[in-house]
Amino acid sequence: MRPDRTPLTLLLIGAAILAVGPFAPQWTLFLLTVALAKGLVVLGLMMLLRCGLVSFGQALYYCLGAYAAGMLGRLYEVSGVFTLMLAGMATSAFVAFVLGFLLARYRSIFFGLLSLAISMILYGLLVKTEALGSSDGFNVLPSTLFGWRPADEWVRYSVLAVAAGVAVIAALAVHRYLGTPLGRLAPAIKDNEIRVEYMGASARQAVHVKYVIAAALAGLGGALAATTVGHIDPEMAYWTTSGEFIFITILAGTGSVIAPFLGALIFGIIQTVAFDISPNTWQMVLGASLLAVIVFLPRGLWSLFRRRKAA
Amino acid sequence: MAAILDAAGLNKNFGAVTAANDINAAIERDSVVGLIGTNGAGKTTFINMITGYLKPDRGRIHYEGRDITRLAPRDITRLGICRSFQIPQLYASLTAYENMMIGIGVVLRNAGRGGFFSRGEPLVPGYEQPAAAVADGLLQRFGLAEYRDKNAQVLPGGVRKLLDIALTMVARPKILLLDEPTSGVSAEEKFAIMEMIMKAVRAEGITVLFVEHDMEVVSRFAERVLAFYDGRIIADGSPEQALNDPEVKRYVVGGELHRLDEEKARPRA
Ligand SMILES: Nc1ncnc2c1ncn2[C@@H]1O[C@H](COP(=O)(O)OP(=O)(O)OP(=O)(O)O)[C@@H](O)[C@H]1O
Ligand SMILES: [Mg+2]
Repeated sequence: MRPDRTPLTLLLIGAAILAVGPFAPQWTLFLLTVALAKGLVVLGLMMLLRCGLVSFGQALYYCLGAYAAGMLGRLYEVSGVFTLMLAGMATSAFVAFVLGFLLARYRSIFFGLLSLAISMILYGLLVKTEALGSSDGFNVLPSTLFGWRPADEWVRYSVLAVAAGVAVIAALAVHRYLGTPLGRLAPAIKDNEIRVEYMGASARQAVHVKYVIAAALAGLGGALAATTVGHIDPEMAYWTTSGEFIFITILAGTGSVIAPFLGALIFGIIQTVAFDISPNTWQMVLGASLLAVIVFLPRGLWSLFRRRKAA
Repeated sequence: MAAILDAAGLNKNFGAVTAANDINAAIERDSVVGLIGTNGAGKTTFINMITGYLKPDRGRIHYEGRDITRLAPRDITRLGICRSFQIPQLYASLTAYENMMIGIGVVLRNAGRGGFFSRGEPLVPGYEQPAAAVADGLLQRFGLAEYRDKNAQVLPGGVRKLLDIALTMVARPKILLLDEPTSGVSAEEKFAIMEMIMKAVRAEGITVLFVEHDMEVVSRFAERVLAFYDGRIIADGSPEQALNDPEVKRYVVGGELHRLDEEKARPRA
């Protein structure tokens, strides 16, 4: 058996971000933090995709996490970054736990469209809710680290440091989970649910658990995005946001828990660069790059790191 | 001797088709029972009802004195009743070894071993060995070692059948229901395959029910025969008694000979 290098790689990447951060330009810190937030959402989507499930509505949990964090600040003036993230995670996980009883019964296109429909309900509700700024949303209070507020020029770095720490811990946890018997059931569920049942496991229960974990990760990502960007609006639940997450999932591939973060970063870079070069047709560039990945790297960008094994 | 499995008055209709018509059978612990009958006689339906895939319209199934009629397949599996399938049910995109590891993973999980917080390599209950050793051991026992790293979807038909049976063994069943274990295998190979399966399975003292169309195989391996016809059991006894029963001769054995003739008459591709 090959030694498992993922944990060490994750820790090294985390350390590298912390070490290089202070010397990097502010806009790269922002880009990286947003990529980490989106990477958390994609990490959850990757778990579902391994079971053969595509959620077209993961923005629901991203948005819920963001609003939970934002409202804690707005209503109770809570600004502790870890409290906000916990709130985002817990809110999304709870909603997913309840909805999971319904969704875990469905597969393929039904699962996808049902999740899309539910996310659009949230979008519709938020747009109609004036107390939460309707379609404009509202600004999120600057967050604090255990009551401490860093100096202005260090804000971006502090948020990035927190995001990197949280992302590494989440990725390590998911990596470990995927190695447990329940985690390893994913490709089996994709292949043959009858056999899963006849081995003494419940495919529906396994899907439900993964759905809740994926939602918790999306809620965490949403809360992180809210503190990073400083503003939230219903667009976070809109289907195009969900589409973006699926885009990154396909771009990244399901090969490793590191892939989602790499995919999100490359997505961010392509988006920024393409927008700079041609503000009117940047979507075309994104589309073309996804097309290229699907044609040349059907297992996603991560397969670039797997060449040696295949050879 | 007390019955380990007791099916009483099972009925199952599919629209106008009666697939099970007042099925009564008590299976003794540690016995080997052959299920025979022509196509559509209700053999698979019987297995499907025992293992919870189909719920009978009427009747009760008891296992070790416990009513299991309404339990789900996974709960019945956990109690120790496992099955193989007429059409093998495998994880097509995974290798033979990975197929075994998935099954062993479920067994570990159901035993509360190998969870998120557990440390070290868990031992598979019953085997008290690490998962990899159990997987390789079972592949070996079923003559599948050479196919270990091949994807299930590219395996030949007979090998898929064996893997399907090997998969049922990870949970250390007390009763094993095998649906046509030797179908898709040439007549010459049938005996060798059955010999291997029986050796692997009987060493564990497992009660076996197997569906088989070849009467020579049945009389060689079964201690008792249940003959199905049109959803009913028309004979139940030793292979000698059952295979010489006039009704069985007319409806089942005759039918099988007929079937063999048809197969011979069919041009080989
Ligand atoms: N799910 C189902 N829906 C409708 N009819 C069914 C179903 N399962 C079985 N049947 C019917 O019930 C009858 C018994 O089928 P069963 O599969 O039990 O036969 P069998 O003895 O296993 O035959 P074979 O030797 O061909 O496998 C057949 O007429 C079959 O068409
Ligand atoms: Mg059958």
